[in-house]
Amino acid sequence: MTAILQILFDALSLGSLYALGALGIALIFGVMRLVNFAHGDYIAFCVFAMLWPSIDAAAIVFAGNLPTYLLIPLILCVGAGLSVLSEILVFRRFRNANPATMMIASFALGFVIKYLLLMLYSSRPKSIDLWSNLSQQIEIFGARIPPLQVITICTTIVILLALTAFLKRTRYGLEMRAAAENFTMARMLGVRANLVIMLAFALSGMLAAAVGLILVTQTGTVDINMGANIMLVAFVATVIGGLGSLPGAVIAGFLIGGLSSLMQAYLPADARPFRDAFVYGAVIVMLIWRPNGLFSSKAAKQRV
Amino acid sequence: MTLLSIENISVRYGKLTALRRASITVNEGETLFVTGPNGAGKSTLLKAIAGVVTPREGFIRFNGAHIAGKAPEDIARMGFSMVPEGREVFGGLTIEENLRLGTGMRADKDQAARDLEQVYAVFPMLKDRKDAQAGVLSGGQQQMLVIGRALMASPKLIAIDEPSLGLAPKVTDDVYATLLKLRDSRGLTLLIVEQSATRAGLTGGRMVLMRAGQVALEGDARQLVKGDALRQAYFGYGDH
Repeated sequence: MTAILQILFDALSLGSLYALGALGIALIFGVMRLVNFAHGDYIAFCVFAMLWPSIDAAAIVFAGNLPTYLLIPLILCVGAGLSVLSEILVFRRFRNANPATMMIASFALGFVIKYLLLMLYSSRPKSIDLWSNLSQQIEIFGARIPPLQVITICTTIVILLALTAFLKRTRYGLEMRAAAENFTMARMLGVRANLVIMLAFALSGMLAAAVGLILVTQTGTVDINMGANIMLVAFVATVIGGLGSLPGAVIAGFLIGGLSSLMQAYLPADARPFRDAFVYGAVIVMLIWRPNGLFSSKAAKQRV
Repeated sequence: MTLLSIENISVRYGKLTALRRASITVNEGETLFVTGPNGAGKSTLLKAIAGVVTPREGFIRFNGAHIAGKAPEDIARMGFSMVPEGREVFGGLTIEENLRLGTGMRADKDQAARDLEQVYAVFPMLKDRKDAQAGVLSGGQQQMLVIGRALMASPKLIAIDEPSLGLAPKVTDDVYATLLKLRDSRGLTLLIVEQSATRAGLTGGRMVLMRAGQVALEGDARQLVKGDALRQAYFGYGDH
């Protein structure tokens, strides 16, 4: 029972991280058919924004010293700002290009951000002490669980509920859903293309910031490649979920997180180092079974 | 009074020329049918007005302003409402959400709420199922929905591409009856692309026949359908 509870918390907190990452990618794919590979670098950028630029091995914490109630909004704004800026400076020029060209542009942007961080902060990982007391384990029904896991899960639930309310209850949410389904028709009804796309980028950037904050609290290190792994898993999750489907991305994120945690716990010890191979093997089987993902997007369904 | 005037516009898709120096005017309050064989450029004409494709040359004036090259959302906000071919309902949104999308550009929210009730009064079927996903509606119901959606923008002109496409003749009758009723009660101007010249003749109004990207013939719909000129223009002169 205790072990099961522990695995459940592991699975949910890892899945939360993947789900938030996948959601950030799916939001943008929905409105402009762009798979934004720079998303992982947004995550790293948001975390580095807490430090003063320096190539010293020791991190010089700057914004990171702000009180929590200021730090979180600030980092969310950094994420939103970076994301919106990249849409205005880069992706807007590729609005009518084919998806492959846009994807390459996003790779290029990712490298630019990464090397910018490299120049400012050097490539050495730095340690940073952010809310580290959240990682000290507490006992819940006999299971030893870091409060951070509970906070991660609760934060994710709040973000998902807020995003759902935004999409379902507000005018901009309605316009964003319509744009995701049929962008040209939405524009012919007066939906402002630039506004909706910038909004999607802002939300996506804030999700990247949230992922960055959770990651850095978990690991206590800042590294220019810290977003890469999450980005990869999140991308896989959006494909499994059905590109363009927001619920699909979230569910697939939790599925991959759950599967990883389960395998970590139950694979024979010798096979454990190859956990990711098993996880991605399951992904391949899943895609053979449903090539369009678990929830093929509404736009695709409509053509039938 | 001229509401929409299209002067010598040309549209090309790569090497394919869809419109070559086509000119058409639409007067306020009238019904103009645009008919012609497949590939004559009828749909391209509507797309050019809506701002979905940009003409290589020529002018488009709507309600006194130049609109060629403007963004679709800006043209829509000037009072041009488009019902494209294949209807394009948002299948994942509810019926009411589809209708509410049409009102985004309007500042007068109270009037928009009243308009929603009016659209429901015209199409009671939509009200009964307002929370259902639009994707489950039949073709005829979807056509009613997109006409209702276009009305919600309170437009000066509604352009409809092939309203009868894929509909049973009885349903097409209903669609046209509704359109004409709306035109008369709201002072709307209608621009209808219709492959069936017979349908245009039945409905009445002015008719333009397009062929190979140009206007081949123009006149009163009822008169044209009776005469021989239409058939000749439709199929070409003496080349078969």
